[in-house]
Amino acid sequence: MLRLKSYEFRRERERGWRELEDLLARADERGVAGLSAAELARLPLLYRSALSSLSVARAISLDRNVVDYLDGLAARAHFAVYGVRQHLRDSVRQFAAARFPRAVRGIRAHLCLAALFLALGMATAAVQVVDDPERFHAFVADEYAQGRDPSATTEELRAALEHDAGGAEAQLAAFSSFLFSHNARIGMLAFALGFAAGVPVFLLTFLNGLVLGAFAALYGGRGLSLQFWGWILPHGVTEILAMLLCAAAGLAIAESLVFPGRHTRLRNLALRGREAGVVVVGAVVMFLIAGCIEGVFRQLVHSTPIRYAVALSTAAAWTLYFTLAGRREA
Amino acid sequence: MIFGGARRDRDLVTPEGVPLRFTLAGAGDRLAAFLIDLTFVSIASVAFGIALMTMLLRRDAFDHLVVAAILLASFLLRSFYFMWFEIRWHGMTPGKRLLGIRVIDSSGGPLTPQAVIARNLLRDVEFFLPISLLVAPQTVWPGAPAWAAELAALWAVALGLLPLFNSDRLRPGDLVGGTLVVLAPRVLLLDDLGAHRVGRAAIPAPAAHAFTDEQLDVYGIYELQTLEAVLRRGGGESNREALSAVAERIQRKIGWDASRKDPPYWFLRDFYAALRARLESRMLLGKRRESKAPARR
Repeated sequence: MLRLKSYEFRRERERGWRELEDLLARADERGVAGLSAAELARLPLLYRSALSSLSVARAISLDRNVVDYLDGLAARAHFAVYGVRQHLRDSVRQFAAARFPRAVRGIRAHLCLAALFLALGMATAAVQVVDDPERFHAFVADEYAQGRDPSATTEELRAALEHDAGGAEAQLAAFSSFLFSHNARIGMLAFALGFAAGVPVFLLTFLNGLVLGAFAALYGGRGLSLQFWGWILPHGVTEILAMLLCAAAGLAIAESLVFPGRHTRLRNLALRGREAGVVVVGAVVMFLIAGCIEGVFRQLVHSTPIRYAVALSTAAAWTLYFTLAGRREA
Repeated sequence: MIFGGARRDRDLVTPEGVPLRFTLAGAGDRLAAFLIDLTFVSIASVAFGIALMTMLLRRDAFDHLVVAAILLASFLLRSFYFMWFEIRWHGMTPGKRLLGIRVIDSSGGPLTPQAVIARNLLRDVEFFLPISLLVAPQTVWPGAPAWAAELAALWAVALGLLPLFNSDRLRPGDLVGGTLVVLAPRVLLLDDLGAHRVGRAAIPAPAAHAFTDEQLDVYGIYELQTLEAVLRRGGGESNREALSAVAERIQRKIGWDASRKDPPYWFLRDFYAALRARLESRMLLGKRRESKAPARR
C-alpha cells in the first residue's frame, strides 16, 4: 500500500477549505456585510489557516490542483479580509477632517511653485496689455472674450460685470452645473498631465495666468479694477486655489518621477501619486463650491462691498482649513 | 494553467509573510474590460444627452434644476464610474468582473481608495485627451497647428502601448496608483488522482501495477504534473488517443512489458500515484527532483 503524505494532509484540512470557500461565495454575492457576526469572526481564522495550508502544500504536496486551488482560495480570502470595509460616511468624514488638508500640506512647496507660475503668467500678460491694448487678442481667444476686448466701450465692460451672460435667475442652476463640470475636468487633466514630467502643468498654469492678467489689465486700464476683482474673487478664490491644487498635485507626481529620492522611481511614484490623487478629489469638491458661488451668488448680488466680503471670508476659511484641520492625530 | 506563463506570474507577500501567486492579466483582457465599461458609460451618457435634448426641444417641460441635475450626473458618471466600482467591489468594475480580472495593490497590502483614485485619474491623459485631440483638436486647443494632431497621435500610441513595454503590464495609472491588474480565476478543488490507492477506501494495487524504485526514478516533478494535466482531462473517449500515446512512451522509457495490454488510463493513474508517493517522500528528505535526469550516455 502506498503512503501519500499530501493525501493525508488534504483529508485533514479539506473541511476548513470548503467552509472558507462557502463563506467567500456568499460574501461575493451579497458583500461582506451579508455575513453574520459569527461568520465574520471566522473569516480571518479560516484565512490564516488557508495560508498555512498553502505553505505546507507548497512544501510537501506535488498535487498541482491542490496547490493552485489553495493559491486562489488564499488570494480570494485575502481580498475579503483586507478589502476596504469602511462605511462611506466615515470615509467622507475622515477625508474632509484630516486626509485632504494633510495631503495639501504635504505639497505646499509645489503649491507655491504653481502659484508662482500663475503670477508669472498674469504679470506677463498685464505688462504686455498695458503696453499695447491690442495685444489682448494674443492672450484671450475671441470666443472666450465675447466682446469684452479693447474695442468695447467702458460702459459695455461695466455692464458685463453686472449682468452676466447667464441672465435669468432660473438658469442659474444649470449654468453653475456646467461651470463646475468644465472646471473639474480641466483640474483633473492638470493633475494627470503631471505624468508627462510636469512641463504641460507649468504651461497650463501659465496660460491661465495670461488670460487672467490680460483681463485685469484691460479692466484696470478703464478704471474698473475694483469692480473687476469684486466680480472675479468671490468664486475665484476657491476656483483658482482648486486649480492650483490640481497643478501642484501634478507637479508632485512629476517631481517623484524626475527626482525619485530614496525609493526607486516606481515606488516613489506610487507613494506620491496616491497622496496627490487625494488632493485632486478634494479640489473637485472645491470646484463644486466655486461653481455654486459663481453660478448663483455672483448673478444675484451686485454690490461690490458684499462681493469683497465674500471673497475675503472664503480666503480666510480656506487658509484656516488647510493650515489647522487634521493636525491632531498625525 | 499548467504549461508556460511563468513570466506572467507574480508573487506578492501578504502581511502574514506568505507569498501568494498571481497571474498578470493580458493586454487583451484589459482592453476588452475597458471597452465594456466604456460602452456602459457611453450608453448612459447618450441616455442623458437624449433626455437633455428633449427637454430643450419641448419648451413647456423645460426645468433648469433638471438640466443642472443631468449635467452633474453625466459629469459624475464620466469621471467617477471606474473609481466607484473599484472601491465598492474591491478592484473590479462590471467589465473587469465579466472578464475575470481585478486590480490589486502591487505591494501585497489592501487596495486603498487613494490607489484607486490615483490610477483612474490618469485615464484622462491616457485615453480621453489623446482621443479628443485626434478626433477634434480644436475643442482642446483652439487654433491648434496641424502638427499638434500628429503629436497627439504619437502620444496616444506611446501611452496606450506602455503596458506592452514593461514586464508588469503597467499602464500609467497603475504606475501612479501602485497597482497591478491580475487574473481572478476560480480553481475548483478536484478529486485526488492518487486517492484510489491510499486511505481507508484504498483498492490494493494489483501486482501487475507495482513499480520498482528504479522505474520511478526516471521522472521528476515536471513530468508528474504534466501527467496530472493529461489525466485531469478524464478517461473518456475524447482523451483516449493522448492517454495511450503517453502510456506507450512511459512504458518504453521504464522498460515495461507492453505486451500485457494494460488499459492506458488505469495504468497511468497507478503510475501517477506511485510516482507522486516516491517524489513526495524524497522531497521530505530534502531531495527535490525538478525533472527527469539528462539521458545517460
